Amino acid sequence: MEKIIKGKAFVLGDNIDTDQIIPAEHLVYSLSDPEESRKYGQYALSGTPLPEAGLPDGGVPFIKEGQNQTEYKIIIGGSNFGCGSSREHAPFALQKAGAEAVVAESYARIFYRNSVDGGFIIPLESMQKLNDKISTGDELEINLSTNNLTNKTTGKTYGLNALGDVLPIINAGGLFEYARTSGMLK
Amino acid sequence: MAMTITEKILARSAGKKVVRPGENLWLNVDTLMTHDVCGPPTIQIWKKEFGEKAKIWDKNKVVIFPDHYIFTADVHANRNVSILREFAKEYDLPNYFDVGTDRYKGVCHVALAEEGFNLPGTVLFGTDSHTCTSGAFGMFSTGVGNTDAAFILGTGKIWEKVPESMKFVFNGQMPEYLTAKDLILHILGDITTDGATYRAMEFDGSTIFSLSVDERMTLTNMAIEAGGMNGIIAADKVIIDYVKCRTKENFQLYYSDPDAKYHSIREYDTEKLVPVVAKPHSPDNRDAVRNVQGTKLTKCYIGSCTGGKLTDFEAAAKILIGQQVKVPTFIVPATTLVAKELEEVTYQGISIKEILEKAGCEIAQPSCAACLGGPADTVGRSVDYDVVISTTNRNFPGRMGSKKAGVYLASPLTVAASAVKGVITDPREFLR
Ligand code: SF4
Repeated sequence: MEKIIKGKAFVLGDNIDTDQIIPAEHLVYSLSDPEESRKYGQYALSGTPLPEAGLPDGGVPFIKEGQNQTEYKIIIGGSNFGCGSSREHAPFALQKAGAEAVVAESYARIFYRNSVDGGFIIPLESMQKLNDKISTGDELEINLSTNNLTNKTTGKTYGLNALGDVLPIINAGGLFEYARTSGMLK
Repeated sequence: MAMTITEKILARSAGKKVVRPGENLWLNVDTLMTHDVCGPPTIQIWKKEFGEKAKIWDKNKVVIFPDHYIFTADVHANRNVSILREFAKEYDLPNYFDVGTDRYKGVCHVALAEEGFNLPGTVLFGTDSHTCTSGAFGMFSTGVGNTDAAFILGTGKIWEKVPESMKFVFNGQMPEYLTAKDLILHILGDITTDGATYRAMEFDGSTIFSLSVDERMTLTNMAIEAGGMNGIIAADKVIIDYVKCRTKENFQLYYSDPDAKYHSIREYDTEKLVPVVAKPHSPDNRDAVRNVQGTKLTKCYIGSCTGGKLTDFEAAAKILIGQQVKVPTFIVPATTLVAKELEEVTYQGISIKEILEKAGCEIAQPSCAACLGGPADTVGRSVDYDVVISTTNRNFPGRMGSKKAGVYLASPLTVAASAVKGVITDPREFLR
């Protein structure tokens, strides 16, 4: 795992559910076919109503029309990020789009597990509400050794909760890799 | 040490005497369920990770129901079902219920119960967030993603954190204008969509044990809407009789100790509750039906794992008998068995199906249908600025199709009353 993640912020509200992350109609594409799976990047966060995408002003698409890569590497959410369905396509879509981490106050259990066990994206918990303090486009730097997030644009630093029990799985790169390195799987 | 029912079941599954909330365990899984949306990627991950010599840990414990995108011309959706079909054939799976055959069942969570896979005391994982439904059978059940499911498919094991338990006690007789949907929407309004995140929701009280199996499943189904890891109701005679009719498998009963520790306990006087809806766009956006009475509707929908069971249609028929719906009203039985029961079960001497048809409802084939929007040709899918009242479990933006549409969640009684009036209507207007 990289210890430093740098990138632009994309800010969302509370209760971002998996239908907003990847709408159900797109779940039919293959996740393993390299060509077809790009569509997951293309449609990542396409279910979020536009006025609520890219806060505080809103109206900012996560992916520009006709593209499948985002310019925002770090997603800032509020509480209950990833609630809703069990679709692993959700953290997969964010990874496909080029995002590396989500920072939210709290997560729905299945989204959190899927992010970690699939090795898609790092779900970090902020110690305080951040989606009202960071603006879309701000340059952020996350330090995973010190569990801090610095907003280079404003110069402010915020604390993140330590990853705890799931850190070995994230370090290994996912559940299967973890099980292999720990000898559970041969 | 005193334990809750959830803790006891997880302890058994992990081979431990005692477990405590917060502890991470490796569980031995009793049943793995998957469907057409998450099954194919699960199989692909399993093949990739376990390679050439990939072996299913126990064929008899894997249950697969195509149910989500079934009756559609969408090529990708149909490809998913083909992947399941080939997988089932290649590995000679006994519990695959293919569409287009007389083995087809429909919505997985209801079919699991009907086919005898829900066994008290066991641990079931499924690639669907509403896998918590099976908790109505005094078992631990929860949803996971494809990677976790692929891991289970190959090893029969998975890690889980022991949840703290929250207890919800309903006492008193259920008034005829309420259903289990009203009870769970009341809870959601109280604790919100993350009020039970990473926790178990245990239901108890005289009201709960007076409910039918169908109605209990409506409650546990929506534990996930509060973020719950699992919903659970201890098995009683009603459940034991239901299970014994469907399987010869042995099972074990577990009950919470009287002095078990809970995160919190909430008590409700059922007789004092009123019919409620969850307004757009969140299942916790509760309001009394009375307060939104008169809201103009463009569609009504009765279906899904939480709202498309026999008792849901019986409730609707009570109101729709001899009436005409004013807006397009879709009836989607969860399973083929429910569809058959609609023809066989009568109310005032008339079959439920006939009552619904005569009232002008459109009856669709059993599947998930528009509960999750689905491909463009899905029956009942919301379009544009539709205003829908539905017995389903989620009303996030775009969940039933159009991002611009608004969905109200309600009991089948409230949906039926609203269908007759064409505007949101309190079922008490019809049940006096
Ligand atoms: S009916 Fe709806 S909630 Fe139930 S399994 Fe199908 S899509 Fe999910």
